Amino acid sequence: MKLQDVAKAIDGDILVGQDQLDLMVDRAFAADLLSDVLALTEERTALVTGMTNPQVMRVAEILNIIAVIFVRGKTPPDSLLEYARRLHIPVVTTRKTMFETCGLMYAGGARACRSKAVSDMGVDA
Amino acid sequence: MTYEVRAGDIEHGGSVSARIKTDLIEAGVSPSVARRAGIVSFEAEMNLIVYSTAGGTIAVAVESEFIVIRVEDRGPGIEDIKLAMTPGYSTAPDWATDLGFGAGMGLFNMKRNADRFEIESRVGEGTRIACWIQKDDSAGRPLHKEAQ
Repeated sequence: MKLQDVAKAIDGDILVGQDQLDLMVDRAFAADLLSDVLALTEERTALVTGMTNPQVMRVAEILNIIAVIFVRGKTPPDSLLEYARRLHIPVVTTRKTMFETCGLMYAGGARACRSKAVSDMGVDA
Repeated sequence: MTYEVRAGDIEHGGSVSARIKTDLIEAGVSPSVARRAGIVSFEAEMNLIVYSTAGGTIAVAVESEFIVIRVEDRGPGIEDIKLAMTPGYSTAPDWATDLGFGAGMGLFNMKRNADRFEIESRVGEGTRIACWIQKDDSAGRPLHKEAQ
């Protein structure tokens, strides 16, 4: 689904990325735990999160995240939006919960990003 | 290039790694390899912020075949490395977990994203980690193949 379809489906506001309305968002990963985002996501995925601290955008930058969707009515600080603008990473906010947001995006055609469960990873320290 | 990371400086957490990734892209490293190097560096940076006694350094060198990332601190050192490498094992304080970090994935994730990983640590002295990341990932490594 396109960025503008995502915003419409979740009744969201596109705070950054009005110039990228046609961006394809076909994969997503949802978590508040940034440690898991760092460990489990694969490339070209959108991030659905309730965390609005500055580190979120740095994680997004490092992981090549294509868009960040803030749920539960969380308003990211201006400094975060400014940083997102500089990186050209769209930011969408919605009042819906993470569960609803994921459900609506899934219904719209978005799927889970490639990832692995922690329990499937071999450990041989 | 060597970058300093200050202990406890969560406000700037990740900014050194973001810069390292940008520098690597500018040096001609591919986005997917720079991503892996960025992940390794980010995990190291957060570890220095959350756990180190007096901060530490992240040094990045682009060599002919590998990007080499060396991380050093001066304590407190890791008592049981095998335990610390176990996904989910964490001794992080609440202020780190409140921000979404400290879930016990860091060292494990560094190792997973590196082609070669070395760690040595002495309690009371400090920890040293070295990671090698192949610059040419077209030959494919397990993680890279997964993503295709």
